[in-house]
Amino acid sequence: MDNIQYSAAVEYAAASGTLSSIWLLFAIPLASAAVLFLLGRRADKWGHLLGVASVVATFVLGLVYFFQLKGLSGNRSAEVDLFSFMPVGSLKVDFGLLLDPLSAVFVLLITGVGSLIHIYAVGYMAHDPGRRRFFAFFNLFIAAMLLLVLGNNYVMLYFGWEGVGLASYLLISFFFDKPSAATAGKKAFLMNRVGDAGFAIAMFLMFAQLGSVNYDDVFNGVNQLTQGTVLVMGLLLLLGACGKSGQFPLQAWLPDAMEGPTPVSALIHAATMVTAGVYLIARSNAVFSANATLQTVVVSIGALTLLIGCVIGCAKDDIKRVLAYSTVSQIGYMFLGVGLGGAAYALAIIHLLAHGFFKAGMFLGAGSVMHGMQDQVDIRRFGGLWKYMKITWITFGLGYVAIIGLPPLSGFFTKDPIILAAFNRPGWTGWLFGGAALLGAGLTAFYMTRLFVLTFHGPKRWTDGQHPHESPAVMTVPLVLLAVGSVASGFLMSTSVVDWLTPVLGKHAEEHGRLGHWTVTGMTMAVVALGLAAGVLLFRKGTALEEQPAGPVVTAARNNLYADTFNELVFELPGRYLTRALVFLDNRGIDGVVNGLAAMVGGGSGRLRRAQTGYVRSYALSMLGGALLVVAALMAVTLG
Amino acid sequence: MTFKLPAIDYLALAPMLVLFGAACAGVLVDALVPREWRYHVQVPLSLVALLASGGFVVALANRKEHVVTAGSAVVIDGPGLFLQGSIVVLGIVALFLVAERRLEPGGAFVAQAAVVAGSEADRKQMRKPGVTEVYPMMLFALAGMMLFCSANDLLTMFVALEVFSLPLYLLCALARRRRLLSQEAAVKYFLLGAFASAFFLYGVAMIYGYAGKVDFRGINEAVLGSSNSKTLLLIGLAMLAIGLLFKVAAVPFHVWTPDVYQGAPTPITAFMAACTKVAAFGGLLRVLYVAFERSSWDFRPTLGVIAAATMIVGAVLAVTQTDIKRLLAYSSVANAGYLLTGTLSMNRDGLKYTMFYLVAYGFTVLAAFAIVMLVRDSDGEATHLARWAGLGRRSPVFASLFTFLMLAFAGIPLTSGFTAKFGVFAAAVGGNMTWLVIIGVLSSMILAFPYLRVVVLMWLSVPGDDTPTVSVPGAFTAAALFVGVAMTLVLGVAPNQALELVNDAGAFLR
Repeated sequence: MDNIQYSAAVEYAAASGTLSSIWLLFAIPLASAAVLFLLGRRADKWGHLLGVASVVATFVLGLVYFFQLKGLSGNRSAEVDLFSFMPVGSLKVDFGLLLDPLSAVFVLLITGVGSLIHIYAVGYMAHDPGRRRFFAFFNLFIAAMLLLVLGNNYVMLYFGWEGVGLASYLLISFFFDKPSAATAGKKAFLMNRVGDAGFAIAMFLMFAQLGSVNYDDVFNGVNQLTQGTVLVMGLLLLLGACGKSGQFPLQAWLPDAMEGPTPVSALIHAATMVTAGVYLIARSNAVFSANATLQTVVVSIGALTLLIGCVIGCAKDDIKRVLAYSTVSQIGYMFLGVGLGGAAYALAIIHLLAHGFFKAGMFLGAGSVMHGMQDQVDIRRFGGLWKYMKITWITFGLGYVAIIGLPPLSGFFTKDPIILAAFNRPGWTGWLFGGAALLGAGLTAFYMTRLFVLTFHGPKRWTDGQHPHESPAVMTVPLVLLAVGSVASGFLMSTSVVDWLTPVLGKHAEEHGRLGHWTVTGMTMAVVALGLAAGVLLFRKGTALEEQPAGPVVTAARNNLYADTFNELVFELPGRYLTRALVFLDNRGIDGVVNGLAAMVGGGSGRLRRAQTGYVRSYALSMLGGALLVVAALMAVTLG
Repeated sequence: MTFKLPAIDYLALAPMLVLFGAACAGVLVDALVPREWRYHVQVPLSLVALLASGGFVVALANRKEHVVTAGSAVVIDGPGLFLQGSIVVLGIVALFLVAERRLEPGGAFVAQAAVVAGSEADRKQMRKPGVTEVYPMMLFALAGMMLFCSANDLLTMFVALEVFSLPLYLLCALARRRRLLSQEAAVKYFLLGAFASAFFLYGVAMIYGYAGKVDFRGINEAVLGSSNSKTLLLIGLAMLAIGLLFKVAAVPFHVWTPDVYQGAPTPITAFMAACTKVAAFGGLLRVLYVAFERSSWDFRPTLGVIAAATMIVGAVLAVTQTDIKRLLAYSSVANAGYLLTGTLSMNRDGLKYTMFYLVAYGFTVLAAFAIVMLVRDSDGEATHLARWAGLGRRSPVFASLFTFLMLAFAGIPLTSGFTAKFGVFAAAVGGNMTWLVIIGVLSSMILAFPYLRVVVLMWLSVPGDDTPTVSVPGAFTAAALFVGVAMTLVLGVAPNQALELVNDAGAFLR
């Protein structure tokens, strides 16, 4: 895996001119959020407008910076050290920002798609009494996400990382009168913490091994580390990435997060935050490319997760959950890409960008359907909607064609190359991962067709009293713009963005693997057509209105492949027993243990009752026990 | 035999002398001034004394001349002055909480502590203003804490330990409400504290037996050169450590913490959580870094296990708490574990970031207890967490502030909690204690959960009929709250000034 070609050491140019003000990018939405929080109800009337304006302004500013950066010759990067965060001693951390080709495309994605979703949310949340607070959280999220991609070191990245986690937690719980929303928020928070712990330990490891957490220091220093250290560091970063991006084994929170309002699902859980893991790996490409085992692990997780997402997606009947599992699966493709390394890094990024368009479009489309169907989410209860909401139908349809990868829409240009690259991985693993990616493409075509046909076509299976209608313009205009993006972005990006990203991700020679470009495209098209045809044939006449008994595979898929059971066994159960044991010990103290032993020895069970709580003598005894242990341990360590 | 009086550098001792003097004056005030005037004399007196003491600390820090004085009993060096300054500043903020009389008529303290709880006389005194002896006792405690951080030998250290502990035992017993709980807490704290002091004193004897000296420099030399049995040294070190670990509330010597934190009057709980923590860790740092640096290979594994247990037990037990004061008590236990992690790095970064952590944590915990004081109903403070449900809807401003403080405890970036934790963990990694850092990160991930649960409870629950209101704070509490929150923010966003301060403090003088 040494096809990476860093001609020179990683080095960032100091910012000059307008580029030195890139801190405005996250300061504007942050200021807007602060105003919305601080003014409280006084801002209820116009708060949402401020929220939208701040993100649109940030997008315009992002465009300006983008062209500035494009105009630079040579080393296209701008680094700004705002101030020294931790200035002294051996640990130096600066509050530093970095705008380079990679962060620039993320800025445009976050603010561009973010603007459209903000505009849509004005309509979607029109009747919600908490709309101002909602926009405050939304702006806070945008600010944190921008900080995440703009930092020039891992601590900055971690700031944004925790910020988006917090904002996502608050936004999922936004519909707090639903207990399921509170539970989902908690679950998202906990599983993210598992990942965050990995990320945090990775940072300390960098500090211990390299004395710095700055990107350039870390990337230039990776070569001096032992393979073992690189592997551990990479695995810890990967754990963080899996938590944030909903990858195996931490994928279970993402679909539950759909309990939040639909614009939240679109922005956070489809287009931006969940891709932070991909960003982390792409940004750390020097670390991940330095160890072959590490890359294999990333590829395996990507391939496994993309299949898990597809299989569960086939079995779900909730329109948002199907989209959520398709997100899990598409991010699996991106992980596959970044894991393959080399030229595939850039492929993963363009798939991420295209996915941002079509998945945000489909989520907002789903929101539009729910808006017209009194918040119905069960696709068994839709049908024939194309006649009633034409714009939603067409825009959702374009997103659907894009995700299953039919030419000439964006998915074709971004997903197919990843499948090709997987096949061309050397050794037998190429066949394995390529096969998984190919199978995933077929399954995607099947379950997305099922979703599309059951929602918009076939007989009406509505519950009583439904009067579907098209959503207002403030919601449909973003849908149209996102649809344009899903159609056009793939072709436009397939070469230009790949070239644009070269300075960050390395230049890679054109590779000719075992399978040719057209062979793989032909195979993919055949599999997709198969899945599509199966979907149409099975579901054009509608489906049963209730869940039908099914075989073991479908039952497993309906139960999220028992991921919750897995989490319970691995994370929850040990935690619960540890807590119980500690509470027991803390209440009873050593006294209880001693008494308990005495009772067992003496056979007098009545004595056990004397193991009471709160007595000083019990506390004193536990201190004495502790003291004996400390003395014994000290002696054992030294003299033993 | 003639005694030669040791030379005393009075200026170097001035910060402590001012407080001791003011405390004695305070005792006289209570004896001579009419009852209704005492409060109005004591509060300004204490405040002026603390400000003067702080002024002397600053002057000494600027003098940059580090001295050993009073016959090598006291050492005034950079870290010692930093710790003294922290104790004074945190003490001023705690004094604001103690002096608050608007939330509850007469203040948080009982009028006559010796009256039997629940008796006729007890009901009569409910409306009388609280005792004013708390102010001189607080000054004695503060001066003792400062001496504890600057003691240069084990005997001075022991005296200082008692000087700051005894007033604290008394202060714990003075709660106006829930008298029995308060008195029980005080007795428990006293008995266990005496037990721990005995360990400490026994350790001093052992060390003297080994080294033939009790001053830190002498011990340091003896660790390398003494021909006595090493067993004496190890037992002595263990006993000393136990006495100190009791004060910092490390597992398994933490058992008193939840009961005492819950039972003591909330301003005193805040005072202990902030200032006692600084003093205890100041003493521990000095003992380990100055006297026993050369035996760090002996004690690091054992104390490392204690730190790990402290972090895990504190975090896990915080999850199951239903009382906000007990929750904060277990969080204080867990924080002692993080501080121990920093302490055990045994390098300059460890010293610096542990001191920074102490200050950062002190401000946050003071502000958090200030809000606990504000959430009350007709029965006094409503500390059961169920009563906090929906507080965000009733009083969004205070709920927002508390949310911010909880995020700081959870170590979310851009609060002082993150900077401090990051610092001590990085220092420990630098000191080859990576395994401890891994446990620390995991523990802080667990600990984030109970904090977030409080946040969710405040914001996302519907207020019940018995959700208390948040009282309007008096000027004192408002000031304490403002300082605490502002410092939590400043140390999180721009900690560079404070970090330069700890950096300039340099190393301990040996």
